Amino acid sequence: MLHAYEKFSDLDALYSPDAKVATSMYENADLFNEEMERIFKRTWVWVAHDSELADKGSFKLSNVGLEPVIVVRDRKGDVNVLVNRCRHRAATVCEVKKGKTSSFQCPYHGWGYGLDGSLRGLPYPEQYGEDFDKGAHGLKKLRTESYNGMIFATFNDEVEPLVDFLGPEVRRYIDLFMKQGGGFPVKVLGEHQFTVPMNWKVQLENTTDAYHFPVVHKSFMQSLDGDAEEAFKFLDTGKGYVEDLGNGHSVMVMIPERIDLDENLDDPVEERFLPLVQELREEGYPEDQVKKIVRAVGGAGFNLNLFPNVSFSLAFFRVLTPINVERTDIRHIALGMDGGPAAANRMRMRLHEHFQGPMGFGSPDDAEVWERVQRGTKGGEDLPILVNRGLIDEHPGALGPRGHISAETGMRAAYKMWKRMMSL
Amino acid sequence: MNMMTKTNDLVLLQKVSAFLWAEADLLDAKDYDAWLALWLTEGFYTLPIGEGDDFDNQLNLCHDNDRMRRDRIQRFQQGFSISSAPPARTVRTVSRFVIESVEGDTVTVSSAEHVIEDKFGRQRVWAANMKHTLVASGDGFKIRTKVVRLLNSDGMLNSFSYLF
Ligand code: FES
Ligand SMILES: [Fe+2]
Repeated sequence: MLHAYEKFSDLDALYSPDAKVATSMYENADLFNEEMERIFKRTWVWVAHDSELADKGSFKLSNVGLEPVIVVRDRKGDVNVLVNRCRHRAATVCEVKKGKTSSFQCPYHGWGYGLDGSLRGLPYPEQYGEDFDKGAHGLKKLRTESYNGMIFATFNDEVEPLVDFLGPEVRRYIDLFMKQGGGFPVKVLGEHQFTVPMNWKVQLENTTDAYHFPVVHKSFMQSLDGDAEEAFKFLDTGKGYVEDLGNGHSVMVMIPERIDLDENLDDPVEERFLPLVQELREEGYPEDQVKKIVRAVGGAGFNLNLFPNVSFSLAFFRVLTPINVERTDIRHIALGMDGGPAAANRMRMRLHEHFQGPMGFGSPDDAEVWERVQRGTKGGEDLPILVNRGLIDEHPGALGPRGHISAETGMRAAYKMWKRMMSL
Repeated sequence: MNMMTKTNDLVLLQKVSAFLWAEADLLDAKDYDAWLALWLTEGFYTLPIGEGDDFDNQLNLCHDNDRMRRDRIQRFQQGFSISSAPPARTVRTVSRFVIESVEGDTVTVSSAEHVIEDKFGRQRVWAANMKHTLVASGDGFKIRTKVVRLLNSDGMLNSFSYLF
Protein backbone atom coordinates (compact mmCIF):
# COMPACT_ATOMS: atom_id res chain seq x y z
CA MET A 1 0.00 0.00 0.00
CA LEU A 2 2.69 2.43 1.04
CA HIS A 3 4.42 2.06 -2.29
CA ALA A 4 1.22 2.78 -4.21
CA TYR A 5 0.48 5.74 -1.99
CA GLU A 6 3.77 7.34 -2.90
CA LYS A 7 3.14 6.75 -6.57
CA PHE A 8 -0.05 8.84 -6.56
CA SER A 9 0.83 11.33 -3.88
CA ASP A 10 0.62 14.24 -6.31
CA LEU A 11 -3.15 14.28 -6.47
CA ASP A 12 -3.21 17.88 -7.73
CA ALA A 13 -1.54 16.65 -10.90
CA LEU A 14 -4.42 14.17 -11.38
CA TYR A 15 -7.24 16.57 -10.57
CA SER A 16 -6.06 20.17 -10.52
CA PRO A 17 -7.51 22.97 -8.36
CA ASP A 18 -8.75 24.65 -11.56
CA ALA A 19 -10.82 21.56 -12.48
CA LYS A 20 -8.66 19.73 -15.02
CA VAL A 21 -8.43 15.97 -15.04
CA ALA A 22 -5.24 14.18 -16.13
CA THR A 23 -5.54 11.66 -18.98
CA SER A 24 -4.05 8.93 -16.77
CA MET A 25 -7.18 9.14 -14.60
CA TYR A 26 -8.96 7.10 -17.28
CA GLU A 27 -6.22 4.70 -18.25
CA ASN A 28 -3.68 3.99 -15.51
CA ALA A 29 -4.22 0.44 -14.23
CA ASP A 30 -2.26 1.02 -11.00
CA LEU A 31 -4.38 4.05 -10.24
CA PHE A 32 -7.50 1.96 -10.86
CA ASN A 33 -6.34 -0.65 -8.32
CA GLU A 34 -5.65 2.13 -5.86
CA GLU A 35 -9.19 3.51 -6.38
CA MET A 36 -10.69 0.10 -5.72
CA GLU A 37 -8.86 -0.02 -2.36
CA ARG A 38 -9.22 3.57 -1.26
CA ILE A 39 -12.71 4.30 -2.55
CA PHE A 40 -14.74 1.15 -3.21
CA LYS A 41 -13.35 -0.71 -0.17
CA ARG A 42 -13.86 2.24 2.13
CA THR A 43 -17.13 3.96 1.41
CA TRP A 44 -20.81 3.07 1.11
CA VAL A 45 -21.58 1.23 -2.13
CA TRP A 46 -25.15 0.67 -3.33
CA VAL A 47 -26.04 -3.03 -3.67
CA ALA A 48 -29.82 -3.43 -3.95
CA HIS A 49 -33.29 -1.96 -3.60
CA ASP A 50 -35.60 -3.28 -0.89
CA SER A 51 -38.18 -4.49 -3.40
CA GLU A 52 -35.64 -6.89 -4.93
CA LEU A 53 -35.64 -8.80 -1.64
CA ALA A 54 -39.35 -9.11 -1.05
CA ASP A 55 -39.41 -12.15 1.26
CA LYS A 56 -37.34 -13.94 3.83
CA GLY A 57 -34.76 -15.93 1.87
CA SER A 58 -34.91 -13.61 -1.19
CA PHE A 59 -31.44 -12.90 -2.54
CA LYS A 60 -29.62 -11.32 -5.47
CA LEU A 61 -26.00 -11.23 -6.58
CA SER A 62 -24.32 -7.83 -6.61
CA ASN A 63 -20.88 -6.23 -6.33
CA VAL A 64 -19.00 -3.97 -3.98
CA GLY A 65 -16.24 -2.65 -6.18
CA LEU A 66 -14.52 -5.69 -7.65
CA GLU A 67 -15.87 -8.07 -5.01
CA PRO A 68 -18.87 -10.30 -5.80
CA VAL A 69 -21.43 -10.30 -3.00
CA ILE A 70 -24.75 -11.91 -2.16
CA VAL A 71 -27.47 -9.61 -0.82
CA VAL A 72 -29.99 -11.67 1.13
CA ARG A 73 -32.90 -11.17 3.51
CA ASP A 74 -32.66 -13.51 6.49
CA ARG A 75 -35.35 -15.10 8.66
CA LYS A 76 -35.48 -12.08 10.95
CA GLY A 77 -36.09 -9.83 7.95
CA ASP A 78 -32.62 -8.24 8.12
CA VAL A 79 -30.63 -7.75 4.94
CA ASN A 80 -27.12 -9.25 4.90
CA VAL A 81 -24.40 -8.57 2.35
CA LEU A 82 -21.98 -11.50 2.16
CA VAL A 83 -18.84 -12.00 0.08
CA ASN A 84 -19.60 -14.79 -2.39
CA ARG A 85 -16.64 -16.95 -1.43
CA CYS A 86 -16.55 -20.17 0.54
CA ARG A 87 -14.40 -20.00 3.66
CA HIS A 88 -12.92 -23.44 2.90
CA ARG A 89 -11.17 -23.05 -0.43
CA ALA A 90 -12.82 -20.03 -2.01
CA ALA A 91 -15.45 -21.46 -4.39
CA THR A 92 -18.43 -19.19 -4.99
CA VAL A 93 -21.38 -20.46 -2.96
CA CYS A 94 -24.03 -19.00 -5.28
CA GLU A 95 -24.18 -18.55 -9.06
CA VAL A 96 -27.91 -17.88 -9.39
CA LYS A 97 -28.50 -14.18 -10.15
CA LYS A 98 -31.57 -13.90 -7.97
CA GLY A 99 -34.07 -16.13 -6.26
CA LYS A 100 -35.14 -17.54 -2.94
CA THR A 101 -33.35 -20.03 -0.74
CA SER A 102 -33.08 -21.28 2.83
CA SER A 103 -29.27 -21.58 2.84
CA PHE A 104 -26.14 -21.44 0.69
CA GLN A 105 -24.36 -24.73 0.10
CA CYS A 106 -20.84 -24.74 -1.33
CA PRO A 107 -20.75 -27.11 -4.33
CA TYR A 108 -17.13 -28.17 -3.77
CA HIS A 109 -16.98 -29.94 -0.37
CA GLY A 110 -20.41 -29.12 0.94
CA TRP A 111 -19.92 -26.47 3.60
CA GLY A 112 -23.35 -25.02 4.35
CA TYR A 113 -24.09 -21.41 5.34
CA GLY A 114 -27.18 -19.74 6.80
CA LEU A 115 -28.88 -16.65 5.37
CA ASP A 116 -26.88 -14.54 7.83
CA GLY A 117 -23.64 -16.05 6.51
CA SER A 118 -22.95 -18.24 9.55
CA LEU A 119 -21.33 -21.62 8.92
CA ARG A 120 -24.05 -24.10 9.79
CA GLY A 121 -22.40 -27.39 8.99
CA LEU A 122 -19.67 -29.20 7.08
CA PRO A 123 -19.16 -32.83 6.09
CA TYR A 124 -16.82 -34.89 8.34
CA PRO A 125 -15.79 -32.04 10.66
CA GLU A 126 -13.70 -34.38 12.90
CA GLN A 127 -10.56 -33.83 10.82
CA TYR A 128 -10.43 -30.20 11.91
CA GLY A 129 -10.06 -31.25 15.54
CA GLU A 130 -12.11 -30.54 18.64
CA ASP A 131 -11.50 -26.82 18.82
CA PHE A 132 -12.54 -25.89 15.26
CA ASP A 133 -14.46 -22.63 15.64
CA LYS A 134 -17.47 -22.59 13.31
CA GLY A 135 -18.24 -19.06 14.50
CA ALA A 136 -15.01 -17.82 12.93
CA HIS A 137 -15.72 -19.42 9.54
CA GLY A 138 -18.87 -17.72 8.37
CA LEU A 139 -19.09 -15.95 5.00
CA LYS A 140 -17.41 -12.56 5.19
CA LYS A 141 -20.13 -10.07 6.09
CA LEU A 142 -20.21 -6.39 5.20
CA ARG A 143 -21.65 -3.58 7.22
CA THR A 144 -25.10 -2.90 5.73
CA GLU A 145 -27.43 0.07 6.12
CA SER A 146 -30.31 1.42 4.10
CA TYR A 147 -32.19 4.63 3.48
CA ASN A 148 -35.71 4.82 2.00
CA GLY A 149 -35.36 1.39 0.36
CA MET A 150 -31.82 1.94 -0.96
CA ILE A 151 -29.46 -0.68 0.49
CA PHE A 152 -25.75 0.11 0.78
CA ALA A 153 -22.85 -1.95 2.10
CA THR A 154 -19.26 -1.25 3.04
CA PHE A 155 -16.11 -3.13 3.98
CA ASN A 156 -15.21 -0.23 6.27
CA ASP A 157 -16.39 -0.59 9.87
CA GLU A 158 -15.05 2.88 10.67
CA VAL A 159 -17.00 4.80 8.04
CA GLU A 160 -19.71 7.26 9.16
CA PRO A 161 -23.32 6.03 9.28
CA LEU A 162 -25.01 5.91 5.85
CA VAL A 163 -27.41 8.76 6.69
CA ASP A 164 -24.46 11.04 7.44
CA PHE A 165 -22.62 9.98 4.28
CA LEU A 166 -25.71 10.87 2.25
CA GLY A 167 -26.31 14.10 4.14
CA PRO A 168 -29.54 16.10 4.50
CA GLU A 169 -29.82 17.32 0.89
CA VAL A 170 -29.32 13.89 -0.70
CA ARG A 171 -31.84 12.39 1.71
CA ARG A 172 -34.32 15.11 0.80
CA TYR A 173 -33.89 14.39 -2.91
CA ILE A 174 -34.16 10.62 -2.38
CA ASP A 175 -37.45 11.16 -0.56
CA LEU A 176 -38.68 13.35 -3.42
CA PHE A 177 -37.53 10.80 -6.00
CA MET A 178 -39.52 8.04 -4.30
CA LYS A 179 -42.73 10.05 -4.76
CA GLN A 180 -42.82 8.54 -8.24
CA GLY A 181 -44.56 5.58 -6.61
CA GLY A 182 -47.63 7.77 -7.13
CA GLY A 183 -48.96 6.70 -3.72
CA PHE A 184 -47.62 3.15 -4.01
CA PRO A 185 -44.26 1.79 -2.86
CA VAL A 186 -41.51 1.97 -5.50
CA LYS A 187 -40.69 -1.41 -6.98
CA VAL A 188 -37.97 -2.72 -9.31
CA LEU A 189 -39.59 -3.94 -12.56
CA GLY A 190 -36.47 -5.24 -14.30
CA GLU A 191 -33.13 -4.06 -15.60
CA HIS A 192 -31.10 -3.42 -18.73
CA GLN A 193 -27.43 -4.32 -18.57
CA PHE A 194 -24.56 -3.44 -20.85
CA THR A 195 -20.82 -3.22 -20.56
CA VAL A 196 -18.84 -0.30 -22.01
CA PRO A 197 -15.10 -0.09 -22.72
CA MET A 198 -14.58 2.98 -20.55
CA ASN A 199 -13.21 3.97 -17.18
CA TRP A 200 -15.87 4.09 -14.44
CA LYS A 201 -15.40 7.83 -13.91
CA VAL A 202 -16.54 8.55 -17.48
CA GLN A 203 -19.95 7.24 -16.38
CA LEU A 204 -19.75 8.93 -12.99
CA GLU A 205 -19.42 12.27 -14.83
CA ASN A 206 -22.37 11.67 -17.12
CA THR A 207 -25.45 11.60 -14.89
CA THR A 208 -25.32 15.32 -14.12
CA ASP A 209 -24.06 16.32 -17.58
CA ALA A 210 -26.89 18.24 -19.23
CA TYR A 211 -24.48 19.68 -21.80
CA HIS A 212 -24.37 16.41 -23.80
CA PHE A 213 -28.11 15.86 -23.92
CA PRO A 214 -29.21 17.85 -27.00
CA VAL A 215 -26.19 16.60 -28.96
CA VAL A 216 -25.99 12.91 -28.07
CA HIS A 217 -29.74 12.45 -27.68
CA LYS A 218 -30.94 14.39 -30.69
CA SER A 219 -32.29 11.24 -32.31
CA PHE A 220 -34.22 10.39 -29.13
CA MET A 221 -35.68 13.91 -29.01
CA GLN A 222 -36.79 13.58 -32.61
CA SER A 223 -38.81 10.49 -31.77
CA LEU A 224 -40.91 12.42 -29.22
CA ASP A 225 -44.18 14.25 -29.72
CA GLY A 226 -44.29 18.03 -29.36
CA ASP A 227 -44.80 18.57 -25.64
CA ALA A 228 -42.63 15.62 -24.58
CA GLU A 229 -39.86 17.09 -26.71
CA GLU A 230 -40.43 20.41 -24.93
CA ALA A 231 -39.96 18.71 -21.55
CA PHE A 232 -36.52 17.49 -22.61
CA LYS A 233 -35.42 20.90 -23.88
CA PHE A 234 -34.20 21.83 -20.41
CA LEU A 235 -30.99 23.31 -21.75
CA ASP A 236 -32.89 25.92 -23.76
CA THR A 237 -35.34 26.94 -21.06
CA GLY A 238 -32.41 27.51 -18.69
CA LYS A 239 -34.61 27.08 -15.61
CA GLY A 240 -32.68 24.16 -14.19
CA TYR A 241 -29.39 23.98 -12.32
CA VAL A 242 -26.71 21.62 -11.03
CA GLU A 243 -25.74 21.56 -7.37
CA ASP A 244 -22.94 20.00 -5.34
CA LEU A 245 -24.66 18.21 -2.42
CA GLY A 246 -21.50 17.31 -0.50
CA ASN A 247 -19.48 14.07 -0.18
CA GLY A 248 -19.20 13.75 -3.96
CA HIS A 249 -22.96 13.72 -4.53
CA SER A 250 -24.76 16.12 -6.85
CA VAL A 251 -28.13 16.87 -8.36
CA MET A 252 -29.07 18.11 -11.83
CA VAL A 253 -32.51 19.67 -11.87
CA MET A 254 -33.87 19.57 -15.41
CA ILE A 255 -37.52 20.44 -14.76
CA PRO A 256 -37.99 22.46 -11.54
CA GLU A 257 -41.80 21.99 -11.66
CA ARG A 258 -41.21 18.23 -11.38
CA ILE A 259 -38.93 18.23 -8.33
CA ASP A 260 -41.94 17.48 -6.15
CA LEU A 261 -44.37 15.24 -8.00
CA ASP A 262 -47.18 16.14 -5.60
CA GLU A 263 -47.10 19.75 -6.72
CA ASN A 264 -48.46 21.41 -9.87
CA LEU A 265 -50.90 18.51 -10.30
CA ASP A 266 -53.23 20.71 -12.32
CA ASP A 267 -50.67 21.37 -15.08
CA PRO A 268 -51.90 20.08 -18.45
CA VAL A 269 -51.12 16.41 -19.11
CA GLU A 270 -48.54 15.68 -21.82
CA GLU A 271 -50.05 14.22 -24.96
CA ARG A 272 -48.20 10.91 -24.61
CA PHE A 273 -49.91 10.25 -21.26
CA LEU A 274 -53.49 10.86 -22.48
CA PRO A 275 -54.21 7.20 -23.35
CA LEU A 276 -53.10 6.26 -19.82
CA VAL A 277 -55.45 8.85 -18.31
CA GLN A 278 -58.25 7.28 -20.29
CA GLU A 279 -57.33 3.75 -19.23
CA LEU A 280 -57.15 4.66 -15.53
CA ARG A 281 -60.49 6.46 -15.67
CA GLU A 282 -62.07 3.42 -17.29
CA GLU A 283 -60.63 1.24 -14.52
CA GLY A 284 -62.50 3.44 -12.05
CA TYR A 285 -59.64 5.33 -10.39
CA PRO A 286 -60.88 8.60 -8.85
CA GLU A 287 -59.83 11.74 -10.71
CA ASP A 288 -57.30 13.02 -8.14
CA GLN A 289 -55.58 9.62 -8.04
CA VAL A 290 -55.46 9.51 -11.85
CA LYS A 291 -53.68 12.87 -11.83
CA LYS A 292 -51.20 11.73 -9.21
CA ILE A 293 -50.41 8.42 -10.93
CA VAL A 294 -50.09 9.94 -14.40
CA ARG A 295 -47.79 12.65 -13.08
CA ALA A 296 -45.68 10.03 -11.28
CA VAL A 297 -45.33 7.86 -14.40
CA GLY A 298 -43.15 10.50 -16.09
CA GLY A 299 -40.69 10.24 -13.18
CA ALA A 300 -38.74 12.86 -11.31
CA GLY A 301 -37.58 16.11 -12.91
CA PHE A 302 -34.02 15.72 -11.65
CA ASN A 303 -31.03 13.39 -11.74
CA LEU A 304 -29.35 12.63 -8.43
CA ASN A 305 -25.83 11.27 -8.66
CA LEU A 306 -24.33 9.51 -5.64
CA PHE A 307 -20.64 8.92 -5.24
CA PRO A 308 -19.36 6.38 -6.20
CA ASN A 309 -21.77 3.99 -7.92
CA VAL A 310 -25.49 4.78 -8.07
CA SER A 311 -27.73 7.47 -9.46
CA PHE A 312 -31.42 8.24 -9.68
CA SER A 313 -32.86 9.51 -12.93
CA LEU A 314 -36.42 10.01 -14.23
CA ALA A 315 -37.86 6.60 -13.30
CA PHE A 316 -34.80 4.38 -12.97
CA PHE A 317 -31.60 3.75 -11.03
CA ARG A 318 -28.29 3.73 -12.87
CA VAL A 319 -25.68 1.52 -11.24
CA LEU A 320 -22.06 1.30 -12.33
CA THR A 321 -19.66 -1.53 -11.56
CA PRO A 322 -15.98 -1.02 -12.36
CA ILE A 323 -14.52 -4.14 -14.00
CA ASN A 324 -11.06 -2.92 -14.93
CA VAL A 325 -9.45 0.41 -15.78
CA GLU A 326 -11.02 0.39 -19.25
CA ARG A 327 -14.26 -1.47 -18.65
CA THR A 328 -17.41 -0.64 -16.69
CA ASP A 329 -20.70 -2.51 -16.41
CA ILE A 330 -23.88 -0.42 -16.39
CA ARG A 331 -27.31 -1.38 -15.09
CA HIS A 332 -30.44 0.64 -15.77
CA ILE A 333 -33.00 -0.56 -13.23
CA ALA A 334 -36.59 0.23 -14.21
CA LEU A 335 -38.97 1.31 -11.44
CA GLY A 336 -42.71 0.86 -11.10
CA MET A 337 -45.55 1.10 -8.62
CA ASP A 338 -45.90 -1.87 -6.29
CA GLY A 339 -49.59 -2.74 -6.33
CA GLY A 340 -50.27 0.17 -8.68
CA PRO A 341 -52.28 -0.05 -11.90
CA ALA A 342 -50.79 -2.48 -14.45
CA ALA A 343 -51.37 0.13 -17.15
CA ALA A 344 -49.10 2.60 -15.35
CA ASN A 345 -46.34 0.01 -14.95
CA ARG A 346 -46.70 -0.99 -18.63
CA MET A 347 -46.23 2.64 -19.61
CA ARG A 348 -43.15 2.85 -17.36
CA MET A 349 -41.62 -0.19 -19.03
CA ARG A 350 -42.31 1.09 -22.55
CA LEU A 351 -40.75 4.46 -21.61
CA HIS A 352 -37.73 2.65 -20.17
CA GLU A 353 -37.32 0.52 -23.31
CA HIS A 354 -37.65 3.68 -25.42
CA PHE A 355 -34.54 5.35 -23.98
CA GLN A 356 -32.54 2.85 -21.92
CA GLY A 357 -30.55 -0.27 -22.49
CA PRO A 358 -28.86 -2.01 -25.41
CA MET A 359 -31.78 -1.37 -27.82
CA GLY A 360 -32.88 2.02 -26.45
CA PHE A 361 -32.97 5.26 -28.44
CA GLY A 362 -30.65 6.89 -25.87
CA SER A 363 -28.23 4.50 -24.15
CA PRO A 364 -26.47 3.21 -27.29
CA ASP A 365 -25.52 6.78 -28.19
CA ASP A 366 -24.25 7.38 -24.64
CA ALA A 367 -22.23 4.16 -24.82
CA GLU A 368 -20.75 5.23 -28.14
CA VAL A 369 -19.51 8.60 -26.89
CA TRP A 370 -18.15 7.10 -23.65
CA GLU A 371 -16.17 4.60 -25.69
CA ARG A 372 -14.99 7.48 -27.86
CA VAL A 373 -13.67 9.23 -24.73
CA GLN A 374 -11.70 6.12 -23.80
CA ARG A 375 -10.37 5.79 -27.36
CA GLY A 376 -9.53 9.48 -27.50
CA THR A 377 -7.34 9.31 -24.40
CA LYS A 378 -4.87 7.16 -26.38
CA GLY A 379 -3.68 10.41 -27.94
CA GLY A 380 -2.31 13.54 -26.31
CA GLU A 381 -1.38 12.11 -22.92
CA ASP A 382 -0.32 15.61 -21.81
CA LEU A 383 -3.67 17.27 -22.65
CA PRO A 384 -6.06 17.89 -19.75
CA ILE A 385 -9.72 16.81 -19.66
CA LEU A 386 -11.78 19.88 -18.84
CA VAL A 387 -14.49 19.84 -16.19
CA ASN A 388 -14.33 23.60 -15.56
CA ARG A 389 -17.47 24.54 -17.48
CA GLY A 390 -19.73 26.94 -15.58
CA LEU A 391 -17.19 27.87 -12.92
CA ILE A 392 -17.72 31.50 -13.93
CA ASP A 393 -21.18 31.91 -12.44
CA GLU A 394 -21.45 29.38 -9.64
CA HIS A 395 -23.04 30.62 -6.46
CA PRO A 396 -23.56 28.98 -3.07
CA GLY A 397 -26.33 26.39 -2.76
CA ALA A 398 -27.50 24.62 0.42
CA LEU A 399 -24.28 22.64 0.97
CA GLY A 400 -22.07 23.36 -2.01
CA PRO A 401 -21.87 25.42 -5.17
CA ARG A 402 -24.82 25.62 -7.54
CA GLY A 403 -24.24 26.28 -11.23
CA HIS A 404 -25.93 26.65 -14.61
CA ILE A 405 -27.89 23.60 -15.82
CA SER A 406 -25.03 22.81 -18.23
CA ALA A 407 -22.25 23.46 -15.68
CA GLU A 408 -19.84 20.69 -14.75
CA THR A 409 -20.50 21.34 -11.06
CA GLY A 410 -21.56 17.73 -10.43
CA MET A 411 -18.33 16.37 -11.91
CA ARG A 412 -16.33 18.72 -9.76
CA ALA A 413 -18.25 17.51 -6.70
CA ALA A 414 -17.34 13.91 -7.59
CA TYR A 415 -13.67 14.69 -8.26
CA LYS A 416 -13.38 16.66 -5.02
CA MET A 417 -14.60 13.60 -3.12
CA TRP A 418 -12.35 11.37 -5.24
CA LYS A 419 -9.38 13.46 -4.18
CA ARG A 420 -10.39 13.44 -0.54
CA MET A 421 -10.73 9.66 -0.47
CA MET A 422 -7.53 9.06 -2.42
CA SER A 423 -5.55 11.23 -0.01
CA LEU A 424 -6.63 9.37 3.14
CA MET B 1 -48.59 -39.22 -42.62
CA ASN B 2 -48.96 -39.91 -46.32
CA MET B 3 -46.52 -39.04 -49.03
CA MET B 4 -48.58 -36.07 -50.19
CA THR B 5 -48.59 -34.21 -46.82
CA LYS B 6 -44.87 -34.89 -46.46
CA THR B 7 -44.30 -33.15 -49.76
CA ASN B 8 -46.54 -30.28 -48.68
CA ASP B 9 -44.58 -29.98 -45.42
CA LEU B 10 -41.32 -29.75 -47.31
CA VAL B 11 -42.70 -27.15 -49.68
CA LEU B 12 -43.90 -25.06 -46.72
CA LEU B 13 -40.54 -25.43 -44.96
CA GLN B 14 -38.81 -24.30 -48.12
CA LYS B 15 -41.10 -21.29 -48.52
CA VAL B 16 -40.66 -20.28 -44.90
CA SER B 17 -36.86 -20.71 -45.04
CA ALA B 18 -36.67 -18.63 -48.21
CA PHE B 19 -38.68 -15.89 -46.50
CA LEU B 20 -36.52 -15.83 -43.35
CA TRP B 21 -33.32 -15.91 -45.39
CA ALA B 22 -34.55 -12.97 -47.43
CA GLU B 23 -35.40 -11.12 -44.20
CA ALA B 24 -31.90 -11.84 -42.83
CA ASP B 25 -30.41 -10.52 -46.05
CA LEU B 26 -32.38 -7.26 -45.74
CA LEU B 27 -31.22 -6.81 -42.14
CA ASP B 28 -27.54 -7.36 -42.98
CA ALA B 29 -27.91 -4.97 -45.93
CA LYS B 30 -29.73 -2.51 -43.60
CA ASP B 31 -32.44 -2.21 -46.23
CA TYR B 32 -34.87 -1.16 -43.52
CA ASP B 33 -37.63 0.26 -45.67
CA ALA B 34 -37.97 -3.11 -47.36
CA TRP B 35 -37.88 -4.77 -43.93
CA LEU B 36 -40.70 -2.55 -42.62
CA ALA B 37 -42.79 -3.57 -45.61
CA LEU B 38 -42.62 -7.20 -44.46
CA TRP B 39 -44.75 -6.41 -41.41
CA LEU B 40 -48.44 -6.44 -40.64
CA THR B 41 -49.36 -3.14 -38.97
CA GLU B 42 -50.61 -4.86 -35.81
CA GLY B 43 -47.37 -6.83 -35.45
CA PHE B 44 -44.86 -6.74 -32.59
CA TYR B 45 -41.06 -7.04 -32.82
CA THR B 46 -39.80 -8.16 -29.40
CA LEU B 47 -36.45 -8.90 -27.77
CA PRO B 48 -37.43 -10.19 -24.32
CA ILE B 49 -35.18 -10.41 -21.27
CA GLY B 50 -35.06 -13.90 -19.78
CA GLU B 51 -37.71 -16.56 -20.26
CA GLY B 52 -40.97 -14.71 -19.66
CA ASP B 53 -43.52 -14.32 -22.45
CA ASP B 54 -45.99 -11.75 -21.08
CA PHE B 55 -44.22 -9.11 -23.15
CA ASP B 56 -46.70 -6.29 -22.46
CA ASN B 57 -46.25 -6.65 -18.71
CA GLN B 58 -42.51 -7.26 -18.48
CA LEU B 59 -39.40 -5.25 -19.21
CA ASN B 60 -37.92 -6.23 -22.58
CA LEU B 61 -34.93 -5.02 -24.55
CA CYS B 62 -37.48 -3.82 -27.07
CA HIS B 63 -41.17 -4.43 -27.69
CA ASP B 64 -42.00 -2.49 -30.81
CA ASN B 65 -45.39 -1.84 -32.30
CA ASP B 66 -45.69 -0.28 -35.74
CA ARG B 67 -44.95 3.25 -34.50
CA MET B 68 -41.85 2.20 -32.53
CA ARG B 69 -40.53 0.13 -35.46
CA ARG B 70 -40.83 3.13 -37.75
CA ASP B 71 -39.28 5.50 -35.19
CA ARG B 72 -36.42 3.03 -34.67
CA ILE B 73 -35.73 2.84 -38.38
CA GLN B 74 -35.94 6.60 -38.72
CA ARG B 75 -33.38 6.93 -35.92
CA PHE B 76 -31.06 4.58 -37.81
CA GLN B 77 -31.54 6.41 -41.09
CA GLN B 78 -31.48 10.11 -40.16
CA GLY B 79 -27.82 10.23 -39.24
CA PHE B 80 -28.19 12.00 -35.86
CA SER B 81 -27.61 8.90 -33.77
CA ILE B 82 -23.85 8.65 -33.29
CA SER B 83 -24.02 4.91 -32.56
CA SER B 84 -25.66 4.26 -35.92
CA ALA B 85 -23.62 6.71 -37.99
CA PRO B 86 -21.96 4.51 -38.95
CA PRO B 87 -23.50 1.41 -37.39
CA ALA B 88 -21.67 -1.86 -36.80
CA ARG B 89 -21.64 -4.04 -39.89
CA THR B 90 -23.18 -7.48 -39.50
CA VAL B 91 -23.11 -10.91 -41.08
CA ARG B 92 -25.78 -13.31 -39.91
CA THR B 93 -26.86 -16.87 -40.46
CA VAL B 94 -30.39 -18.10 -39.84
CA SER B 95 -31.02 -21.83 -39.72
CA ARG B 96 -32.46 -24.79 -37.74
CA PHE B 97 -35.98 -23.99 -38.96
CA VAL B 98 -38.78 -25.88 -37.22
CA ILE B 99 -42.37 -25.36 -38.24
CA GLU B 100 -44.18 -25.37 -34.91
CA SER B 101 -47.75 -24.98 -36.08
CA VAL B 102 -49.90 -24.24 -39.09
CA GLU B 103 -53.35 -22.81 -38.49
CA GLY B 104 -55.30 -21.55 -41.46
CA ASP B 105 -53.03 -19.04 -43.15
CA THR B 106 -50.76 -18.62 -40.11
CA VAL B 107 -47.43 -20.40 -39.65
CA THR B 108 -45.32 -20.35 -36.49
CA VAL B 109 -41.67 -21.12 -37.13
CA SER B 110 -38.71 -21.22 -34.76
CA SER B 111 -35.11 -20.84 -35.87
CA ALA B 112 -31.57 -20.13 -34.71
CA GLU B 113 -29.75 -16.89 -35.52
CA HIS B 114 -26.04 -16.12 -35.25
CA VAL B 115 -24.93 -12.54 -35.77
CA ILE B 116 -21.35 -11.34 -35.98
CA GLU B 117 -20.90 -7.56 -35.72
CA ASP B 118 -17.85 -5.52 -36.59
CA LYS B 119 -17.07 -2.02 -35.40
CA PHE B 120 -13.97 -0.18 -34.18
CA GLY B 121 -11.87 -3.12 -35.41
CA ARG B 122 -13.47 -5.59 -33.00
CA GLN B 123 -15.97 -8.32 -33.61
CA ARG B 124 -18.70 -9.57 -31.31
CA VAL B 125 -20.80 -12.70 -31.64
CA TRP B 126 -24.47 -13.01 -30.70
CA ALA B 127 -26.68 -16.10 -30.72
CA ALA B 128 -30.44 -16.14 -30.45
CA ASN B 129 -33.50 -18.33 -30.65
CA MET B 130 -36.12 -16.75 -32.87
CA LYS B 131 -39.80 -17.34 -33.31
CA HIS B 132 -41.80 -15.81 -36.16
CA THR B 133 -45.54 -15.86 -36.65
CA LEU B 134 -46.08 -15.48 -40.38
CA VAL B 135 -49.32 -14.91 -42.23
CA ALA B 136 -49.66 -16.03 -45.85
CA SER B 137 -49.86 -13.07 -48.19
CA GLY B 138 -49.76 -13.30 -51.97
CA ASP B 139 -46.81 -15.48 -52.92
CA GLY B 140 -45.08 -15.09 -49.59
CA PHE B 141 -45.77 -13.98 -46.02
CA LYS B 142 -46.17 -11.00 -43.72
CA ILE B 143 -44.75 -10.96 -40.20
CA ARG B 144 -47.25 -10.76 -37.35
CA THR B 145 -44.82 -11.33 -34.48
CA LYS B 146 -41.09 -11.82 -34.25
CA VAL B 147 -39.51 -12.76 -30.92
CA VAL B 148 -35.73 -12.87 -30.69
CA ARG B 149 -34.33 -14.37 -27.48
CA LEU B 150 -30.66 -13.62 -27.13
CA LEU B 151 -28.86 -16.46 -25.37
CA ASN B 152 -27.60 -13.98 -22.74
CA SER B 153 -30.57 -11.61 -22.78
CA ASP B 154 -30.46 -11.31 -18.98
CA GLY B 155 -26.68 -10.90 -18.85
CA MET B 156 -24.28 -8.07 -19.65
CA LEU B 157 -24.85 -7.01 -23.24
CA ASN B 158 -23.48 -4.24 -25.43
CA SER B 159 -25.43 -1.61 -27.25
CA PHE B 160 -26.86 -2.53 -30.64
CA SER B 161 -26.92 -0.32 -33.70
CA TYR B 162 -28.71 -2.87 -35.85
CA LEU B 163 -31.61 -5.32 -35.68
CA PHE B 164 -31.68 -9.03 -34.94
S1 FES C 1 -14.40 -24.81 -1.28
FE1 FES C 1 -16.31 -24.70 -0.34
S2 FES C 1 -16.47 -26.55 0.75
FE2 FES C 1 -14.50 -26.64 -0.09
FE1 LIG D 1 -26.90 10.55 -22.06
